[in-house]
Amino acid sequence: MELVCPAGSLPALKAAVDEGADWVYCGLRDDTNARNFPGLNFDEQALAEGLAYAHRRGRKVVLAVNTYPIAANWSRWTAAVDRAVALGADAVIIADAGLMRYAREAHPDLELHLSVQGSATSYEALEFFREHFGVRRAVLPRVLSAAQVELVARNTAVEIEVFGFGGLCVMAEGRCSLSGWACGESPNMRGACSPAHAVRWQETRVGLQARLAGILIDQYGAGERAAYPTVCKGRYEALGEVYHAFEEPVSLNTLELLPRFAEIGVRAVKIEGRQRSPAYVAQVTRVWRAALDALAAEGERFAVRPQWAAALARHAEGSQCTLGAFSRPWK
Amino acid sequence: MKLALGPLLYYWPRARVVGFYGEIARSAADIVYLGEVVCSRRHELAPEDWLAIAERLAAAGKEVVLSTLALTESEGDLKLVRRVAANCEFRVEANDWGAVRLLAGREGWVIGPHLNVYNPRTLALLGELGARRWVAPFEASRELVAGALAERLPGLESEVFAHGRVPLAHSARCFTARRFNLQKEGCEYRCLEFPDGMPLATREGEPFLALNGVQTQSAATYCLAGELPALAAAGVDIVRVSPQAHGTLRVLESWRGMCDGTLEARAGREALGALSPGALANGFWHGRAGHLLA
Repeated sequence: MELVCPAGSLPALKAAVDEGADWVYCGLRDDTNARNFPGLNFDEQALAEGLAYAHRRGRKVVLAVNTYPIAANWSRWTAAVDRAVALGADAVIIADAGLMRYAREAHPDLELHLSVQGSATSYEALEFFREHFGVRRAVLPRVLSAAQVELVARNTAVEIEVFGFGGLCVMAEGRCSLSGWACGESPNMRGACSPAHAVRWQETRVGLQARLAGILIDQYGAGERAAYPTVCKGRYEALGEVYHAFEEPVSLNTLELLPRFAEIGVRAVKIEGRQRSPAYVAQVTRVWRAALDALAAEGERFAVRPQWAAALARHAEGSQCTLGAFSRPWK
Repeated sequence: MKLALGPLLYYWPRARVVGFYGEIARSAADIVYLGEVVCSRRHELAPEDWLAIAERLAAAGKEVVLSTLALTESEGDLKLVRRVAANCEFRVEANDWGAVRLLAGREGWVIGPHLNVYNPRTLALLGELGARRWVAPFEASRELVAGALAERLPGLESEVFAHGRVPLAHSARCFTARRFNLQKEGCEYRCLEFPDGMPLATREGEPFLALNGVQTQSAATYCLAGELPALAAAGVDIVRVSPQAHGTLRVLESWRGMCDGTLEARAGREALGALSPGALANGFWHGRAGHLLA
């Protein structure tokens, strides 16, 4: 099983490579990727340097071009694909079917991965992308149970990549306009969810308020731990009760599922967090490298080491971890 | 401009659904989309029941399209989609890429609003695979729609979601069940109690969203009344109204009047505002936050 790690900067890419990532994924400095945050991502020079660094050590780099272009900005997306090829990226991650076709026709040898933003949750959908564009690998949305991932994997020739750790979308990726509804910028079109410029923190008489484009997402009393105001992580009122209507702010952590992933035939496990620091990337990559090496050596005897869980918990949102949809305690 | 009634997104008791479509047969809608799009656990109507309704609507002169699930997870979900796709009598609306694979090569299917088609290249690709109508994504702006249609294939119609609470997200989790501390598999079908979805307000009491099982909707009613000239200029052929618990017939009549030029946009918007379960919004069409009203 391969380890796919995030990099929002050259130092993060180097950290991922140094700590044992098989793949590093990154994006360009614009809205062609799903982590379009100020100060983040790669210009051409940094990407070239990162590719050289990874390739010298036998690792691969995949460029995410995984938002949806419209007619008016189409050429920025094709240019991103062309740049990935010109600089020698090992693959590109794409969500839009039209862009996928462009990449296949313009660069017949380019390895294509279907982005989680492509919202393919069934083997029928994956086979569509394989048959039409020769997609080699697909990242599954974080809505499927382990049994459902198995169903997909057993019925497609596309390699399966799943999220293993990090921030957790409760909603099916590529199908969520909550941020766009609240603030006008959506993951699909702008590569942003609840962008920082739309967020306001205000100390008030009733507590610390977190707003997104003026909309109150949550407020916190003394001693409560505040979370970033993503729409799906907020507290709202329904039928007279105020609660986390969608999910508590938690992080996905699937270390204990690794033997199950291996049994299913999952080909790669992905770490979320291109927006996180090089230190995060280094520490999380180190733990997951150790875990995958242990899995390879121990097989069914594999067990999660307490120090791994402790190291990862330090990076979890709200210091809490969940198995997410894979185990479905809410089912 | 033609008028379409989108699929019923809520879970209503069987008798209510049958009665509703009995009225729709006499409504102003030209096109009616039918079937379960949101949750495969919902079973008040079996596939045969939907087909019976489809027959009656077709006999009444409506164009009938069968819609498919927006989010497929299990083999059972796929079976449902296959069953709809295999029908030879009615057109099918594909709402995910699995459905596209099942329909590819067949003539006349519809690209549903849950499918991510944002640009002319993706649209052309699906046109080559037999799609003959594109329903733009809910978050589409005028710029997106006009751009996608600028070089469209001949014979490809386009439709825009123009009225109703907007489906904004889908999840594997059921948020209606969650409100009652129920597991999804033991949800007691509580969404039957919320014929327009369960309102969700901010902690300041501002209406924000509506919970509809695994689907999250806007609290506000999206409404493109007043935008008909811009819709036509962008190349849109059909406007879609989404079924709501009360007043759907009168909503359709207002839209018919606006499309035919017998009802002024301003008066139409006022009438629609009074009929809607939430405040009106149209931000997406203007490339802004969806909840805003221009």
